[in-house]
Amino acid sequence: MALKVVVDMNVCQDHGQCVFAAPQVFQLDDDGRLVVLIEEPDESLRAAVEDAADVCPVQAISIKG
Amino acid sequence: MSRVLIAGAGMAALRTAEALRACGYSDEIVVVGDEKYPPYNRPPLSKEALAGEPTLEQLAFRQKASTEDVVWRLGETVVSADLAGRTVALASGEVLAWDALVAATGVRARILPIPGGDSVRRHVVRTLDDTLELRPLLTPGARVVILGAGFIGCEVAATAVRLGCEVTCVALDPLPMLRPLGPDVAAELLRRHEERGITFRLGVSVSAMAENGTTVELQLSDGSTVTADVIVEAVGSVCAVSWLDGNGLDLRDGVLVDSALRPLVNGSPVDGVAVVGDLARFPNPLFGTGEWRVEHWSLPSDTGRRAGAVLGARLVGEGYDEVVALPFEPIPSFWSDQFDVRLKSYGMPGLADPDGVRLLEGDLADECVIGYHRGSELMGVVGIGMVRLVNSYRDKVGLGKVESP
Repeated sequence: MALKVVVDMNVCQDHGQCVFAAPQVFQLDDDGRLVVLIEEPDESLRAAVEDAADVCPVQAISIKG
Repeated sequence: MSRVLIAGAGMAALRTAEALRACGYSDEIVVVGDEKYPPYNRPPLSKEALAGEPTLEQLAFRQKASTEDVVWRLGETVVSADLAGRTVALASGEVLAWDALVAATGVRARILPIPGGDSVRRHVVRTLDDTLELRPLLTPGARVVILGAGFIGCEVAATAVRLGCEVTCVALDPLPMLRPLGPDVAAELLRRHEERGITFRLGVSVSAMAENGTTVELQLSDGSTVTADVIVEAVGSVCAVSWLDGNGLDLRDGVLVDSALRPLVNGSPVDGVAVVGDLARFPNPLFGTGEWRVEHWSLPSDTGRRAGAVLGARLVGEGYDEVVALPFEPIPSFWSDQFDVRLKSYGMPGLADPDGVRLLEGDLADECVIGYHRGSELMGVVGIGMVRLVNSYRDKVGLGKVESP
């Protein structure tokens, strides 16, 4: 199963810690809102995405696959 | 079969276990923790969870497949350790042997010694049980007195005001969050919080308290009194280190460790033992010469990963000296939500010169980024709002990084 990143936008508070961990996948837009750039990132980004989920202060990121 | 014993079952314990597995350690990991819950996220306890319906399901950290076989002994307490004999004793009397030991017992909420003060109306906010106990008492009109005006005190105060409580914040410091933020930022936050309805009684302490029916009368050091239906103490923490007594460690403020998080005995590191999370007083050359204990949310992950890598290399027998020699220079970060104010920080603002606090971006009365300098070096930044901008300063804090204007 392919890697899939799901952010619970009801929980996300736009801290942007995930952006430090996986800038290829997450970004804050000009208004400071979180944007998921790639919802199904390549397997090579697994470690970075796992790290992003770990460092989310509100634990809004889950990883499937 | 070797065994890693982790004393304490919070976030740092979880991250250490994950890191041990990530570096190939596949033998036993036993975690002993005095709370009955698996590792969960504490920051919401004074914010969202206190405002809503706190549940373990919302707060628990996700469990990774790699740590499914970790043995969680929850509701049990490690009461002593013998580092030379490689054992710990539990409160039950049971003795457990280990090949590597991780000290992850963290801190407890400090309780003030106040004459007449053993009221059942006194609360703290450190654990899920604390928040579950406090939540139903924060009803509209309840007179809530917060002791302490640090981050937790101000967060609880803001949450209680939002729930309709009448909130008074009593603190010895002349301004809220003064020590971490400095006088200008603290004065601005005082202004905002008073505007939102928090009453501050600053520069005073509680000299006595007396139960009076369903309320408590607090006698303050300036001779005045405050009446409380609920008291919340948020006056800092006490390190849970007494179980390490008798091993020659430096336990004056947490546990003194080297950059590989090994505790020091007479200046020499103890191999096979690591200290993580709130307890670790470690050197961080990024901020100069010295050792610091940091209770920010980012540190359990940073120290847990470091400890797991060091202990794992030793247990697996691969590249231990190389792993120990790697630099360990984490950038502390914290945030605090109080009303609509999002405070966010990177680095060690507390290390700034008294006159080294300068506005870097924006307007103090609105959204801004404040720089905390020692000489020309940027030791830390704090943002009020402006998350994207304050995040852009993360890699600029610390000695030898970008010099700030």
